[in-house]
Amino acid sequence: MDKTDTAKPDFFHKVVDCQWACPAHTDVPEYIRLIAQGRFADAYMVNRESNVFPAILGRVCDRPCEPACRRGRVEDKPVAICRLKRVAADLKGDIDDRLPAIPKAKNGKRVALVGAGCASLTVANDLMPLGYDITIFEALGVPGGLMRSNIPAFRLPEAVLSEEIGRIIDMGVDLRLGARVNSMKELLGQGFDAVFVGSGAPKGKELNLPGRHESDQIFIGIDWLESVAFEHTDSIGENVVIIGAGNTAMDCCRSALRLGGKNVTVAARKPRHLFKASDWELEDAEEEKVNILVNHAPEEFVIENGKLTGVKFAIVEWSEDETGRLTSKALDHVVVPADSVILAVGQENAFPWVERDIGLEFNKWEEPVVDPITFESTRKGVFFGGDAAFGPKNIIWAVAHGHQAAISLHKYCQDQPLTTRLPDTLNLGSRKMGLHEWSYANDYNPAQRLKMNHVDLTNRFKEMNIEVELGFSPEQAAEEVARCLNCDIQTVFTDDLCIECDACLDICPTDCLTITRNSDEEDLRTRLRVPAENLTQPLFVSGPLKQTARVMVKDEDMCVHCGLCAERCPTAAWDMQKSCIKIPYAVDEETAWQKRQKKSA
Amino acid sequence: MSFMTKPKVAHPRLRRNNLGLTRRDYEGTMSTLCAGCGHDSITAALIEACFELSLPPHRIAKMSGIGCSSKTPAYFVGAAHGFNSVHGRMPSIATGANAANRDLYYIGISGDGDSLSIGMGQFSHVIRRNLHMLYVIENNGVYGLTKGQFSASADVGSKAKKGEVNLQSPIDPVLTALALGCTFVARSFSGDKEQLVPLIKAAMKHRGFALLDILSPCVTFNDHEDSTKSYAYTRQFYHPAIHTDFVEPTQNIAATYKQGEAFPVTLHDGSNILLRKVAKDYDPTDRRLAFDFVEENLKSGEYLTGLLYIDESKPDFHDMAQTDHRPLNEIPYAELNPGADAMKKILARYR
Ligand SMILES: Cc1cc2nc3c(=O)[nH]c(=O)nc-3n(C[C@H](O)[C@H](O)[C@H](O)COP(=O)(O)OP(=O)(O)OC[C@H]3O[C@@H](n4cnc5c(N)ncnc54)[C@H](O)[C@@H]3O)c2cc1C
Ligand SMILES: Cc1ncc(C[n+]2csc(CCOP(=O)(O)OP(=O)(O)O)c2C)c(N)n1
Ligand code: SF4
Ligand code: SF4
Ligand code: SF4
Ligand SMILES: [Mg+2]
Repeated sequence: MDKTDTAKPDFFHKVVDCQWACPAHTDVPEYIRLIAQGRFADAYMVNRESNVFPAILGRVCDRPCEPACRRGRVEDKPVAICRLKRVAADLKGDIDDRLPAIPKAKNGKRVALVGAGCASLTVANDLMPLGYDITIFEALGVPGGLMRSNIPAFRLPEAVLSEEIGRIIDMGVDLRLGARVNSMKELLGQGFDAVFVGSGAPKGKELNLPGRHESDQIFIGIDWLESVAFEHTDSIGENVVIIGAGNTAMDCCRSALRLGGKNVTVAARKPRHLFKASDWELEDAEEEKVNILVNHAPEEFVIENGKLTGVKFAIVEWSEDETGRLTSKALDHVVVPADSVILAVGQENAFPWVERDIGLEFNKWEEPVVDPITFESTRKGVFFGGDAAFGPKNIIWAVAHGHQAAISLHKYCQDQPLTTRLPDTLNLGSRKMGLHEWSYANDYNPAQRLKMNHVDLTNRFKEMNIEVELGFSPEQAAEEVARCLNCDIQTVFTDDLCIECDACLDICPTDCLTITRNSDEEDLRTRLRVPAENLTQPLFVSGPLKQTARVMVKDEDMCVHCGLCAERCPTAAWDMQKSCIKIPYAVDEETAWQKRQKKSA
Repeated sequence: MSFMTKPKVAHPRLRRNNLGLTRRDYEGTMSTLCAGCGHDSITAALIEACFELSLPPHRIAKMSGIGCSSKTPAYFVGAAHGFNSVHGRMPSIATGANAANRDLYYIGISGDGDSLSIGMGQFSHVIRRNLHMLYVIENNGVYGLTKGQFSASADVGSKAKKGEVNLQSPIDPVLTALALGCTFVARSFSGDKEQLVPLIKAAMKHRGFALLDILSPCVTFNDHEDSTKSYAYTRQFYHPAIHTDFVEPTQNIAATYKQGEAFPVTLHDGSNILLRKVAKDYDPTDRRLAFDFVEENLKSGEYLTGLLYIDESKPDFHDMAQTDHRPLNEIPYAELNPGADAMKKILARYR
C-alpha cells in the first residue's frame, strides 16, 4: 500500500467515528471532555456551533453518531453521546452573552425563508450575524416545524423548543406566522435577493384499502400528531391500531396511550430487524406496553354498521428471491379489533405551491432537482434544504443542509461563485505534557453504558407533556463521560524515528499495530496481529522503516486511544496529538473573503 | 517505565487457543523496564509461544536471578509459579524445583551478567546436568540494572555510552554451551519474533536443557553508535543459519514440507521441529561443525542465529539420577515418607 497521506483532513476526521457520522460533524469528544471538566456552557457552545439546537437534539436526535461510536465495537454499547448533549444543555446556565453580535447596520440583502423548521432556522442563525435581513414565512401559528407539530411533548418539552428557537428569532428575524406561501412566482416577485425553501415533507402517505373512507376514526399519522400537538385532538378509542413501524408509528402509539388508548398495537408488515424505527424508540414503546405485531400485512378496514371495528391482516412469511428482493406469502388471516386506526406508512414532500413554469425543475417523483453541495435548485437564487430538498430525513440532516445552504445564499448575494467553497481543515497538537504525562484522561473506564431513568409508568401518562426521560445528573454524567475513548486524540507516527523495537506492538491492548513487509491492502489486512476484517475502517501505513524497510501498519478499527504506544515508544515515533477539524460556516467564508479583499487592496 | 497501566480491554476478535484463552490471558504485570527495552519484546514472544502451545498457566514455573532481564518473569503469565533468586543462582533453585516437580514447564530468564559473570559456574553445571528447562539469556552486552557497565559478553572494541572501549574478549554463551555439551543451542534476536516464537516453542518441548541466547538491545545504555549490541548493529549483522518451524504433534508433518528442502527432528512428545537450512553445508546435529561455523562467523563479526545445535537422544537430569517418574506432590505420603523404621533400616546399611 502507499504511505497513508495524513495531511488530507479526512483521514484523521474518519478516525473520530462519531464526528464523521454526524451530518453536522459535531465535535463530540471535545464536548464530552468539557462536560467531564464541568464546563457545561462551553460544552453547549461547542455543540451549538455545529448543530444549533443542542437541547432539542440532546433529547430527540436520530443520533447517527452512536451506532458509529468505537466503544460500540470494542464492547457492545456506545457512549450515550446524545443524552450527554442534553446534560450540557440542562446545566449550561445563561449563554446569551456568548451568541454572535447582530450588526445594527444591515448589509442591504434580503433573504426569504419558506417554513420555520430547523432547516430555515439554521439558515437564519448563520446569516443574521452577517447583517442579512431575513424574513421567514410560516404557514402555522408557531415556529419549529415538525419539531413542534409532530414530535410529542413527552419527548421534547415546549419550553426547550421555545428557548432554542427563540434565541434565533430574537436575532431580529422577521417571522411571519400564519403566512403560508401559496405561490412561488408571487414570492419571487417580492424583490428578495434570494429564497430558501425549508418547507419540509409535509404529506403523510395514504393506505387505500377497502373501508378507508367509511370511518372518521382512521387518521394519517403526521396530521393526527399535529392536531394532538395543537390540542385539537384530546381523545382516541380504547383499541388503537397503528399501521407502520417507523419512528412516526412510535410517536403515534405512545401519544395514543396518553389520550385514552388502552390496547395499543403497532402492526408491521416486515420482521423486526427491518423496522425503520430506531431501537431505542422501539424499546421506549415496549416499556409502555405497546403490542408490536410483526409480519402483519393490512388488507382491509373492517366496518360493521358504519362503525370501524377492526383491521384485517394477512400474516405473511418473507423470503428472498434470486435477485435478493424480499417477497411475502400469506399464511393466514386475522382481524385485530380497533376503534381507531393511525396510518404511519411514510411521508413525502409536496410542492403544490411551486409553479412548474419558472425554471425550477422537478424529477419524475415530483421532487425538486437540487445540487447536493450548493443546495441550489435549477433556478438561480432559489435554494432548498431539510426534508424539502431530498425527502424526509431528520433534524440533524436539516441543520447540516441549513449550514451549507447559508454559505451558498451568502455567496450568491455577494456575487461569489457558489462552488469555490473553503475546504475542511485539520489541526494537530501534541498532548504530551511531561515525561509520563498526557493532557487527557486516557484511563480506560470499563463501566457499562448508563441507563436513562424514566418517570414511572403510573405517572407518565397523566398528562401529554410529562417528559419521560429524567436526564442524567452531573454525577451520572461524570461516569458516562469517562467511557468516551477520546478518538480525536490521534496516534501520529514519524517513520524515521522508529527503531523497530516492537514496544508499541507489544503494549497495545487491542492489537492495532503490526510491523510487517508491505503489500497490497487485501493481503496486508490478513497479515496483521488481528486480521482487519472491518473494511469500513482504514489502515494506516507508514513509509518504509529505516532498519528493515518494513512498514508500520495500524488498523484504526479497535484503537482505544489509550496512548500506551506513544508512552512506550523510546524515540517518540508515536505521539498522541489532538486533531481539531474545522468545518467552515457562512461566517468563515465572509472572514476569508474580507482577508482576500484586504490583501489585494 | 510507564505509569499508565495496560487496560484489560482487548480486541473482540482475538484468537483463542485450545484452552479457550487469548494471548492477553498470558500477560503478567505491567513492565517497569525502560520503554523500548529488548527484554520486553522477548516477554511478548514468550507470551505468544505459551499461548500458541496452549500451556496451562499453572503448569509453568518462571525462575530468574538478578538484573533487568531477571525482572521479566513478572511480566508474563501472571498465573504461573515463579522464583526470583539471588544473582547468578537461578540454576540451583531451578534444579531444586525441577527435582521436586518434574512435570512443570521451567522457564529460566537470565542476563549476560547474571549467567556469564557471577553465575558462570552455576550456568556451566546446569548444562552438564541437562536439566529439563528453557534457559533464556537476554543478552545486551551490559549490566543494564546497574547502569550499563560492560558485561562478559561485550565484544572487543565495542564502546560504552560514555566512550570507554572494551578490551577483554567476550564469553560467547553459544560456544560455551556447545563446548559443555548442551543438547539444544539456539540464538535469536528480540527484534525478530517470527524467528523467536517458534524457537521458544521448540525449546519448551525439547527434553533436556535448551539454551536460547537472545540478543536484546539495552535501549538506555547500549543502543548508541559504536555499540555492537544496538538495534541497528544487530539488524545489520545477524543472519539466520537455519529456519525453525515448530509442528504440533497433531499436525501432519509430511504435508508441511517438501523433501530435501527441510528436515524434521522429532521431539519426545511427538511434536516436530522442521529445520530449513539457509546456510549450505550446515548441519545442526553435528556439534563440531556447529562450533566451527558459529566461531567462524563470530570472528567476522556476524551473529549466526536459529537453532544451531540439537540432540534429543541424551539422558536428562532425572534419567541420570534415576528418580521416580512422578513429581513429589503426587507420591502418596506413606511412600514419600516411609517412617522412622525405614529410616533406621537405611541408616543400618551404612553402619
Ligand atoms: C412524527 C415524527 C417524529 C419525528 N421525530 C424525529 C426525531 O425524534 N428526531 C429527528 O431528528 N427527527 C424526527 N423527525 C423528522 C424531523 O422532524 C424532520 O426531518 C425535520 O423537522 C425536518 O426539518 P425541516 O426544517 O426540513 O422541515 P419541517 O420541520 O417539516 O418544517 C417545515 C415547516 O414549513 C412549513 N411550511 C410548509 N409549507 C409551507 C408553505 N408553503 N408556506 C409556509 N410554510 C410552509 C411547515 O408548516 C413547517 O413548519 C420526526 C418526524 C415526524 C413526522
Ligand atoms: C551478589 C550480587 N552482586 C552484584 C549485584 C549487582 N548487580 C545487580 S544486576 C547486575 C548485573 C545484571 O546484568 P545482566 O544480568 O546482564 O542483566 P541486565 O540488567 O543487563 O538485563 C549486578 C552486577 C547484585 N545484585 N548481587
Ligand atoms: S493508542 Fe496506541 S496503544 Fe492505545 S489502542 Fe491505540 S494504537 Fe493501541
Ligand atoms: S515503540 Fe517506537 S521505536 Fe519501537 S517499534 Fe514502536 S514506533 Fe518504533
Ligand atoms: S537499563 Fe537497559 S536492560 Fe535495563 S530496562 Fe533499561 S533498556 Fe532494558
Ligand atoms: Mg545484560
